[in-house]
Amino acid sequence: MTVATDATPRTQTGVLVAQVIRRFGDRTVLDHLDLTIDDDELVVLLGPSGCGKSTLLRLLAGLDKPDGGRLEVPANRAIVFQGDRLLPWQRVLRNVTLGLHRPDADERARKALAEVNLAGRERAWPKQLSGGEAQRVALARALVSEPELVLLDEPFAALDAITRLRMHDLVHELRRKHHASMLLVTHDVDEAIALADRIVVMSDGRIGNTHTVQLSPADREASVAREQLRAALLADLGLASQH
Amino acid sequence: MTVLAPPAEAASRPSPPRDVFLPGDSRRQSPFASLRRRLRWPLGVYTTPVLILIVWEILAQAGVLKPTYAPAPTDIVSTTVELWRDGVLGPDLAISLQRAAIGLGIGLAVGIVTGVLGGFLRTGEYVFNGVAQILNTVPLLAVLPLFVVWFGIDELTKVLLIAFGAGVPMYLNLFAAIRGVDQRLIEMARTTGAGSWRVVTRVLVPGALPGFLVGLRFSLAYSILGLVAAETVNADEGLGFLITQAQTYLQTNKVFVGLVIYSILGLLADQVVRTLERVLLRWRPSYEAV
Repeated sequence: MTVATDATPRTQTGVLVAQVIRRFGDRTVLDHLDLTIDDDELVVLLGPSGCGKSTLLRLLAGLDKPDGGRLEVPANRAIVFQGDRLLPWQRVLRNVTLGLHRPDADERARKALAEVNLAGRERAWPKQLSGGEAQRVALARALVSEPELVLLDEPFAALDAITRLRMHDLVHELRRKHHASMLLVTHDVDEAIALADRIVVMSDGRIGNTHTVQLSPADREASVAREQLRAALLADLGLASQH
Repeated sequence: MTVLAPPAEAASRPSPPRDVFLPGDSRRQSPFASLRRRLRWPLGVYTTPVLILIVWEILAQAGVLKPTYAPAPTDIVSTTVELWRDGVLGPDLAISLQRAAIGLGIGLAVGIVTGVLGGFLRTGEYVFNGVAQILNTVPLLAVLPLFVVWFGIDELTKVLLIAFGAGVPMYLNLFAAIRGVDQRLIEMARTTGAGSWRVVTRVLVPGALPGFLVGLRFSLAYSILGLVAAETVNADEGLGFLITQAQTYLQTNKVFVGLVIYSILGLLADQVVRTLERVLLRWRPSYEAV
């Protein structure tokens, strides 16, 4: 009898989640969950608060260990948390170079900051930044190491509606420059439609319905297909009767 | 005419109070106001002590305060100069400072090393924390007789008492500061690929720095307290000896000289920590009172 504990990876790229279980006490939060993410694909994980989205993301980040099943992720990965989690005692540039050990770290950090439209703010203290700016620094810190996988845990939830729309544009722009698998966790249906290649809805500790989104940028903002998708997502979330 | 007159019912009913905010410097910018502002606290935090000194001087000169009760500040100053010229104060001050420095050095070294070990390692916490908590509840002055029995009446007792006073608050504050660093920041640093060294130097050490400075403030204050306590017991030189001797001969002015020097040491220690805070905690915008 063989126990599935071999540490050799079965896939070379992307993310593989197979039959993962995670329990807190007697509460099973993730119940034999399966999910794959391809190279260069942006998957949005949609679900109400407390459904286990963040639990799955923490497992993928390697911050927690599963109670069963198997996860495979690239070793070179980065996370953007819900709060900016900047070190208040380090200037913006040093916050971005935190995980970099190469000699050209400063130069790369400057480039990453320029990509999130923060060129010239390298010497600022985190307390001097607005919420949107701080979250952009967090994005730069994640992207500066050229990760193969970026995990985003409700990264724009604390921002105002206008700033959030700007951040969505920024994510589109960054995806043209960086090629990485992305998993974005959110409870915002509109954010999911704006950004996703594929939307997976979580329910009862598993992946429920999956929607592949193949809309043009304009259609994502306003179209019949968008409204149909939105209605389907709301139905998946159990909110159909209200609309 | 009727158009200009206010409506009768609006005049009879008082309008709800409203605030009008204008740029701060647009109101009351008369020369008198700016002069008054400059005169209000001309010496900053030292205005009140200086005022007390002036009142004290006047009362002493007027004969309200007897010289044996509280000699005039000018009398204390001239006594200080006199003692310095006689070659009494210099050596006494030097020996006191030396005791304080050695005691503080030992106390801070022990406090910092154990605080770092206790903060970073679970084992260190188990080894040191209980002892430190017990020592913290023992008053400094109460262990003095015991120290005399254990270590004699020589320099060792004095230095160790100062070290005891400085070491315990440093350990407790440093331990709490390291354990109090935001767990989410440590987690974030780990996920960026920063190694243990980076996590320690860029997250834990700067994160624990505010608490460390609080510990340093207490350590300096307690070490001066320890110095005073230690020097009043069987000293034949030092500031405490100066005070005890003056007390015996009812030379109140010399007692005050000793007290003034102790308070100046305390003020200097406070200034050192303030300067460190200003330099090391630049990132922290703190509350500024109006």
